[in-house]
Amino acid sequence: MTRTALLLTGLLAGVLAPLAHAQTPADMLAAFERDARKADPAFKGFSAARGEVFFRSTHGAQWSCASCHTDVPVQAGRHARTGKTISPLAPAADAARFTDPAKVEKWFKRNCNDVAGRSCTLTEKGDVLTWLNSLHP
Amino acid sequence: MKTIATAAALVLCAAGAQAGDHRFGPANATYRAECGSCHVAYPPQLLSAVSWKALLAGLDKHFGSDASVDAAAMKEIGDYLARNARTPRNGEGIPLRITETRWFVREHDEVPAATWTGSAVKSRANCGACHTQADNLDFGERSLRVPK
Repeated sequence: MTRTALLLTGLLAGVLAPLAHAQTPADMLAAFERDARKADPAFKGFSAARGEVFFRSTHGAQWSCASCHTDVPVQAGRHARTGKTISPLAPAADAARFTDPAKVEKWFKRNCNDVAGRSCTLTEKGDVLTWLNSLHP
Repeated sequence: MKTIATAAALVLCAAGAQAGDHRFGPANATYRAECGSCHVAYPPQLLSAVSWKALLAGLDKHFGSDASVDAAAMKEIGDYLARNARTPRNGEGIPLRITETRWFVREHDEVPAATWTGSAVKSRANCGACHTQADNLDFGERSLRVPK
């Protein structure tokens, strides 16, 4: 392949890749709902109230979600250990949040291990996202 | 002569990593995305390849946090860090924290103890509290603002 062709392919991939994966936080929540209904036909829906409680509580470890993302995640957070500023988690305050499924799964994996010492359940993830989607600055 | 000087400056800029002026960027995009959220994507030039390798080997328990990455990212980040790492120093062992290296301690010996523990800084890992361009791996004096 010529250098120009390689460059063009690279540029196209750079432009198209984000589009192929781009989702809205509502799409992401709808996908969680579909998965939950598939796993349990009697699924009754996610709960923002449960999500809020989960987010602010500890689960057997030192940190809760709120330790880094604050109790009111429409505001910027701060990493509990390093002190680095973290952009707000609620999509209404940071439009890039919950738009990339791979990134969302990566962070649920990392942070659920830190906060709960295990993976989060689909219900926990759906509850938290339902609550986050309901927040406004 | 001026042309030669300009050309030399351009070459130096393109080389990027220059410990002398404390600007180390730009960082590899994957490294920045995977390792620059909880803390600054630290300059690869501040640890040796042995230290970076040891850190990457324990990412699932990274100073008490799960910082694991997928296999493709691991390969890219590992190659990038190894390529830009500094040479090991005699007798330094395998430091896993940049803040414990002799270089870091010497560079920060004028910082008062109260500044480190103050709420604005909180941790020696929080480069961005003073180095306002740390996210761009620019640790130059010009962008340094030590909080009161």
